[in-house]
Amino acid sequence: MSAQHGDRAAAAKTPGPLSQLAGKGGGAPLLRVEGLSRKYGGRIGCSDVSFDLHAGEVLAVVGESGSGKSTLLQLLATRLALDAGSLHYQITGRGLVDLSALSEADRRWLMRTDWGYVEQNPRDGLRMNVSAGANVGERLMAVGARHYGEIRSTAKDWLQRVEMDPARLDELPTGFSGGMQQRLQIARNLVTRPRLVFMDEPTAGLDVSVQARLLDLLRELVTDLGLAAVIVTHDLAVARLLAHRILVMREGRVVETGLTDQVLDDPQHPYTQLLVSSVLQV
Amino acid sequence: METLIEVHGLEKTFTLHNQNSARIAVLNDVTLSVGSGECVALVGPSGAGKSTLLRCLFGNYLASAGAIRLRHEGRWVDLPQSAPREILALRRSTLGYVSQFLRVIPRVPTLDVVAEPLRELGVETASARERAAALLARLHLPERLWHLPPATFSGGEQQRVNIARGLIAEKPILLLDEPTASLDAANAERVAELIDEARRRGAAIVGIFHDTEIRGRVATRLHPVAVEKFEAVA
Repeated sequence: MSAQHGDRAAAAKTPGPLSQLAGKGGGAPLLRVEGLSRKYGGRIGCSDVSFDLHAGEVLAVVGESGSGKSTLLQLLATRLALDAGSLHYQITGRGLVDLSALSEADRRWLMRTDWGYVEQNPRDGLRMNVSAGANVGERLMAVGARHYGEIRSTAKDWLQRVEMDPARLDELPTGFSGGMQQRLQIARNLVTRPRLVFMDEPTAGLDVSVQARLLDLLRELVTDLGLAAVIVTHDLAVARLLAHRILVMREGRVVETGLTDQVLDDPQHPYTQLLVSSVLQV
Repeated sequence: METLIEVHGLEKTFTLHNQNSARIAVLNDVTLSVGSGECVALVGPSGAGKSTLLRCLFGNYLASAGAIRLRHEGRWVDLPQSAPREILALRRSTLGYVSQFLRVIPRVPTLDVVAEPLRELGVETASARERAAALLARLHLPERLWHLPPATFSGGEQQRVNIARGLIAEKPILLLDEPTASLDAANAERVAELIDEARRRGAAIVGIFHDTEIRGRVATRLHPVAVEKFEAVA
C-alpha cells in the first residue's frame, strides 16, 4: 500500500485532466449497491435500495426529511452497519471488493484517501482547533506526504481553488464564515483526489447568494476532477445543477429513479410529482 | 440518404396523480423517420404536442409506449430502453437540442456556456473558446457580452447563446424548439443559414418553427402533428 500512498500524494499536487468518464461505455461500476436495508428498532430507515454508480457519475438522492436519504448516505459510506444487502467498491488493482470483507485498516485507508465525506455542518467535517492549512494538509499526510513545504503549498493551492484567500492559511476555521468553512471542508476532502465523494446537504445551511457560489464551485470541481458523487439534498435545484441521475426516496424506499432532467420535467411517481409541483418558481 | 431517426408507434400520456389521476394523452401512434441532410418541421396547432415530441426525442420526457431509435456512433440506440448514462453519452456526441429558453448556470460566462459542449467532447479550452467566439460573432452577439453570464441578457440575446451552444458541437441529430422565436428578421436569417449549413454537412434535423417564412426557408419536409388530446378512460 505504501507505493499507492506515494502515487496519491504526487497526484494530489497537479490538477488532473478534465474527466470524460461520466456516462461513457460499459465497464464495471465504481460502486455497486444491492438490497441495502437498515432498521431503527421497528422503524424502517432504509429498505432494499439498489443501484450502480460509475466513475464520474453524480447521483442526487432527494426526498423530504425522514425519507431515509441521510441513512442511505451513512450506509454507503460504511458509517452505519447494514441489516441486509451488500456494498461493492472498485479498488484500484483489486476489482470490485465487498466492503464488509475489507479489513479495518483498508477501510480506513479508503475513507481517508479514495473517498470524501462532506458534512452538512462544516464543523462536523473540520477540525476547528487547528489552522485551515492543517485541515487540508492532514489528509495529504494520511496519503504519505511528508515534505512540510510541499504540503503547505498544496494546501495554499487548494484554498485558491475553493476561492479562499490563501493568506488565511494559518487562521483557525472558527473565524471563518459558514460559506468559507464549507469551502474549506470541500478542499480538505478533495485534496487527496478521491474518486468518490459523499455529500450531505452541502449547501443547506448557507445564505442563498453563498449557496449559488458554492454550487457553481462544486459543479466545476466535480466536472474537472471527474468525481463520482452521491449528494443528499432536499433542494431539487441543487440536484438539477449537479447531478446526472436522481433517486427519489420516500419512507426509506426508492420510489423513482432516472436521468435528472427527465425525473424533474416528467416525474412518474405520485410522490415525485408532488415534490416537483411544490417547488416555488422564482 | 442514411436514416438517423426512427420513431414507431410513439405514445405519450401524462398521468397527473395529484389531480384525481387525470390522464392526458398527447401523442398517439407517432411514426417518423428522418434522414441525414433533412430538416423536418413539425406542424400543428398550439397544444398539439410538437414540443412534447421533441422532448421525447431528447429523452427529457419518458415515452409511454413505442420505439425511438437514434443512430449513435454507427449503431442504433433505442432511447426508451436506454440507461441514463447511455442517454447522456448519446447527448454528448450525437444529440443536440435547442430549447426555447436558456437554462442559465449562475456565474458561468457566455463564452464558456457556448464552449461547454465542445469541452465535453474533449476539445481543449482555448480552441473551444475560439470556436465559441467565432459562432457568437456570426450570430452578431456583441463582443462585450461574451465574458458576462447570460442571465441578464435580453430574450433575443439569450436565444442566440442557446443556439450557439446547441450548434457548436456539430452533432449529427439536432432538435430545435422555436430557435428564432425572439429574433428579428436579420438575426433569424443568420440562424437559418446555420441550420442550412448543419443540414448540408449531413445532420438530421427536427424542428418547430412558428414563423412560416423561416419554416419555408429551412424545412425540407413538413410533418403534421395532430391534436390527440382526450381524457383517457380510466
